[in-house]
Amino acid sequence: MRKTLFEKLWELHLVRDLGGGIGLLAIDRIFLHERTGSVALKSLAASGRTVLDPHRVFCTMDHIVDTLPGRGDDTRMPGGKAFITETRAAALQAGIRLFDVRDPQQGIVHVVSPELGIVLPGATVVCPDSHTCTQGAMGALAWGIGSTEAEHALATGTLRVNRPKTMRVSFEGRLAPGVTAKDLSLLLLSTHGAVGGNGYAVEYAGAAVRALEIEARLTLCNMATEFSAMTGMIAADQRTFEYLEGREYAPHGAAWDAALAQWQSLHSDSGATFDREIQFDVTTLPPMVTWGTSPQHAVPVTGRVPDQASSGATPEAYERALQYMDVTPGTAMQDLSIGAAFIGSCTNSRISDLRRAAAVLKGRRVAPHVRAIVVPGSMTVKRAAEAEGLHEVFLAAGFEWRESGCSMCFYAGGESFGARQRVVSSTNRNFESRQGPETRTHIASPETVAASAIAGRLADARSIAA
Amino acid sequence: MQPFTTLTAVAAPLLRANVDTDAIIPSREMKTVGKTGLADGLFAGWRYTAIGGREPNPQFVLNQGAFAGARILLSGDNFGCGSSREHAVWALHEYGFRAVVAPSYSPIFYGNCIRNGIVPVRLAADSIASIASWVQLDPRQHLVTVDLMQCRVQAGSAFDFKFDIEPEPRLMLLEGLDGIDLTLKSRPLIEAFLERDRRGRPWIYLDAKP
Ligand code: SF4
Repeated sequence: MRKTLFEKLWELHLVRDLGGGIGLLAIDRIFLHERTGSVALKSLAASGRTVLDPHRVFCTMDHIVDTLPGRGDDTRMPGGKAFITETRAAALQAGIRLFDVRDPQQGIVHVVSPELGIVLPGATVVCPDSHTCTQGAMGALAWGIGSTEAEHALATGTLRVNRPKTMRVSFEGRLAPGVTAKDLSLLLLSTHGAVGGNGYAVEYAGAAVRALEIEARLTLCNMATEFSAMTGMIAADQRTFEYLEGREYAPHGAAWDAALAQWQSLHSDSGATFDREIQFDVTTLPPMVTWGTSPQHAVPVTGRVPDQASSGATPEAYERALQYMDVTPGTAMQDLSIGAAFIGSCTNSRISDLRRAAAVLKGRRVAPHVRAIVVPGSMTVKRAAEAEGLHEVFLAAGFEWRESGCSMCFYAGGESFGARQRVVSSTNRNFESRQGPETRTHIASPETVAASAIAGRLADARSIAA
Repeated sequence: MQPFTTLTAVAAPLLRANVDTDAIIPSREMKTVGKTGLADGLFAGWRYTAIGGREPNPQFVLNQGAFAGARILLSGDNFGCGSSREHAVWALHEYGFRAVVAPSYSPIFYGNCIRNGIVPVRLAADSIASIASWVQLDPRQHLVTVDLMQCRVQAGSAFDFKFDIEPEPRLMLLEGLDGIDLTLKSRPLIEAFLERDRRGRPWIYLDAKP
């Protein structure tokens, strides 16, 4: 039997077939954060149950925690401090590893997990966070769940999972310079819609994916949830193994050799069949940017706000998006003036993202009317960037240089960019009010964000690159 | 969890695609580390005239007298997309909703509904649109029935649609079952799996780490 990667991972973790397409799957890693994980821990304790295996459960403070220098437990979000202190208490009581506010390894869950080797090829990883699919880039089966399911996983080490169908999305060809994994995500969403992946586990494959570095693969899998897929994944290969070797929670010595032998078999067999296949040739793909309020509302940065017929949106959704974003059909994307620029989030806040943005910014200044912020994805990323002097490039260009966390990727009730402010952002969601009440978000790659910050309007980084 | 068999109630149409969980319950409205106190924040961004305020926006469907006490929500594609926050489901439930009818759901939101006694009904968009137009003629008299026993949505004599729901979610909703209790019935199998797996994939188990 030729099997897909997903089928191999399913079988590897199947404790019991519960019938009706549901499997009881063993869960190898559980990650929590202070926003949704604290409820699960507290509710578990209240029910008199305990965590089955605390050694395989991790928790971070990323969502509500401040990202301003000198931060502590106080946050700008009204009531936010309680989430931090109660999460800390619950994590201590449960005996799990907590990446606390001042921990040198603190950061966004989907940045910390790969960088410490917590997620491994072939592992099942869950977190009450929709972007857990990011971690599928390591050849893992990783998906987001709710708090009640997190409680279930904590108590039993398993989840009852509705088996999804399989889809392979192949990106063939070679990406042009300045075009990135983020643009691949936006291409997929713009052509197949924000519901296109509903009911599927998606494997990303093809020459352009194999050529991606690990951090870029994480970016690609990050937006599988925007595609409404259960998860995205990429088979582990030599790059994955090289990335993981020596990381803190990855196996060492003889255990590494044994693991590697197994990992090497975890890929879709040639000739394996998927329920659905989608293919792209991405050789001529330009950088992409969103114009509307769904991640599927994406066009080339060199393009224009589409008319309804070519937008892929229903007439009502289209009108609503135009109005909310204050754009008109036919306007060149590069004519849209911006008020803010944000580089960060579990999509694009890793060291390679910061390097690429800094390369665009070096020796330049952001436009005077633009508020620009960069938030490293973890404290580990922050230190690495500072060691290379990247922070100086950002600061000299006029960016704020923050502590790590989710920050203004979403609006928690504290900081925002302001009503009707137009923001270009390296994040993953451009929903209404995502970055603050009535804030207008355009999603793009870090280099597009950097170029736009300089231009004071949406801009194509390729036209200003050194 | 309250079992759900069948419900006949006022249905409120909110026929937008991609109603995300932050629209259902804005992050700023999640004020405590708990599952309650969320009904007031439900759809806050649309329901009130000002951010953080409580003055009802008369345009919003739930503020219109005819839809008071609505327990069924009619909506668009990709309902509950975005953040995984279960607070969206807790807020809907606390407000009084027991069923949502939409063409598709984000998978996480769908699972959260099942675990909290809300029936996520999947119907074709045009069926939902016709139910909504009929409801709007007289919302208080034109009640909608969601029947989980028969897997049907009925609206007056004109509409009777069959919907699909997987067997286990249906059973959990019908009987109000707790997933953890169900799973613990398989405990011997879980233990046997772990013992086997520990030998096969020792690197997964971190308790031996210093
Ligand atoms: S960075 Fe944004 S998308 Fe990622 S986990 Fe944090 S809030 Fe969610």
